[in-house]
Amino acid sequence: MSPEERGRQLISFESVTKRFPGGTTAVDDVDLEVPEGDLTVLVGPSGCGKTTSLRMINRMIEATSGRIVVDGRDISQVDPPQLRRRIGYVIQQVGLFPHRSIGENIATVPHLVGWDSQRIRDRVGELLELVGLPAEVRDRYPHQLSGGQRQRVGVARALAVDPPIMLMDEPFGAVDPIVRSRLQDEFLRLQQEVRKTIVFVTHDIDEAIKMGDRIAIFRQGGHLEQYAPPDELLAEPASDFVADFLGAERGLKRLALIPVSAVKAESGPVVTPDDPGQRAVAAAEAYGSDWVVVVDADRRLLGWVHAGEAAERGRVGDAEVRPFQLQVLAADSLRAALNAMVQSRTGVAVRVSDGDRYEGIVTMELLSKEIS
Amino acid sequence: MTDGPAPVLAAELIRWSWVGDHLDDIRGYLFQHVELTGLALLFGIVLAFPLALAAVRWPRLYGPILAFTGVLFTIPSLALFILLIPFTGLSIRTALIGLTIYTLLILVRNMVEGLRGVDRDVREAAQAMGFSATRQLFQVELPLALPVIMAGVRIATVTTIGLVTITALIGWGGLGRLFIDGFTLDFTTPIVVGIVLSAALAFAADLLLVAVQRQLTPWARSRRG
Repeated sequence: MSPEERGRQLISFESVTKRFPGGTTAVDDVDLEVPEGDLTVLVGPSGCGKTTSLRMINRMIEATSGRIVVDGRDISQVDPPQLRRRIGYVIQQVGLFPHRSIGENIATVPHLVGWDSQRIRDRVGELLELVGLPAEVRDRYPHQLSGGQRQRVGVARALAVDPPIMLMDEPFGAVDPIVRSRLQDEFLRLQQEVRKTIVFVTHDIDEAIKMGDRIAIFRQGGHLEQYAPPDELLAEPASDFVADFLGAERGLKRLALIPVSAVKAESGPVVTPDDPGQRAVAAAEAYGSDWVVVVDADRRLLGWVHAGEAAERGRVGDAEVRPFQLQVLAADSLRAALNAMVQSRTGVAVRVSDGDRYEGIVTMELLSKEIS
Repeated sequence: MTDGPAPVLAAELIRWSWVGDHLDDIRGYLFQHVELTGLALLFGIVLAFPLALAAVRWPRLYGPILAFTGVLFTIPSLALFILLIPFTGLSIRTALIGLTIYTLLILVRNMVEGLRGVDRDVREAAQAMGFSATRQLFQVELPLALPVIMAGVRIATVTTIGLVTITALIGWGGLGRLFIDGFTLDFTTPIVVGIVLSAALAFAADLLLVAVQRQLTPWARSRRG
């Protein structure tokens, strides 16, 4: 996608290099543009410079050479505390202030920038609701909350003054997998609402694929290997390193990104219960299967029958109508469709509408055409 | 000054009539004891704070600062007062300088450990939120270091209350005066009163400091509740 299509670039790295005293190069001549409103993931093995890159954006770490431009201004010309108050920051360990209540923690930046107390109180209430925390937690202390709740407070605190940019360093790394997955989903929903420009660091490629509008893959030594939307990355890894990092199940991961609606479903062999058995045999033969899909007069999905059995009984409805255990919606991923295929005797996935109406079938051939 | 009652039987530990006759003196000594302790602690904290900040900011300084305050701490108290007399005479300054010096090691060490003990993630979060260095120190780091700092203040307070009795030898002793009176008169009552009151004072001061700390650290209270 061209930059024009995605709006302006809110954060730009221009030949940025970071060498630490002692000579290790953490970030090596990186050029990177982060479009406004996008969630960009920096991913790579440990020591690849992803966290260093993130922390250079709010000057927690200073670049050795090159230039970082945020919102049109070279950040080396901006007073660090001023810069940081306009950039939300969430880290894995959350870093809530243990001596301040949840309400006070969330109000940190509003206090720093001098909001009046009524405005702060209203905003804290709003934010608690936004991140899905009950109002009672406002007066609790961080140690009285669960890990998942603390992480939500961390997000609320980062959003407090509605900064245009958020930096997130493995924000969901410290919670168990179930909570992590829920927090990820919640956060994606939140992002739909707030549309921040987010730079997100993780070492987990699956998290990167799930969260990122764009993914920057780094290699040890601070080299940026490839920067592309997840689909493009999975389809055309730029190097062996990227292909390795994406893992052997690259095709499957890609299927998870593509909606069922992206492939044109086949109409398939369809009959109603009142049709004669011979009609089922003819439909199955025409399609090249030994089964047919059964729908009612309103095209609501009933299941499938063996064409031969229908012919023996004389009428489709007299044969045993077997249900499709898994059905997919247009918005489901092709990976869910694949799962439905391998779990069904028919070997296809049935696509239905919200109201259970039959929309067609998705086959293995359609899938492989899509990902090859 | 006591009027020096006649020597009494060694078996008699305390003569209440003497206590009754000298209530005003005893009260005065007690106030002086509190005053000397309080001032020594105040000066100690005022001096220790910049030293501790310097040690946290420039870790290389921590060793020398600890060594210096440690050497001061090891000077026998009596020797220290004698060393100071040529400069400051038998004034309250001599007593206060000595007492203050002894608080420094404990106060500096606990301040540094307290500040260093603040979680790195919390410090980073504060920095990333846009705190200036000064605000971060006073609003985040000091409050979190407070329990450790207060532990130091409590030790220093109890130690100083004990040391004040020695400054009686240069005329500024608070309750220590009662010991000197007792010894010179070979009379146990003032000694017993001095011991009981200075122990009670140390105990009360410690309780007070615990209460202050609880007031200042409500977040730690809810941990138990």
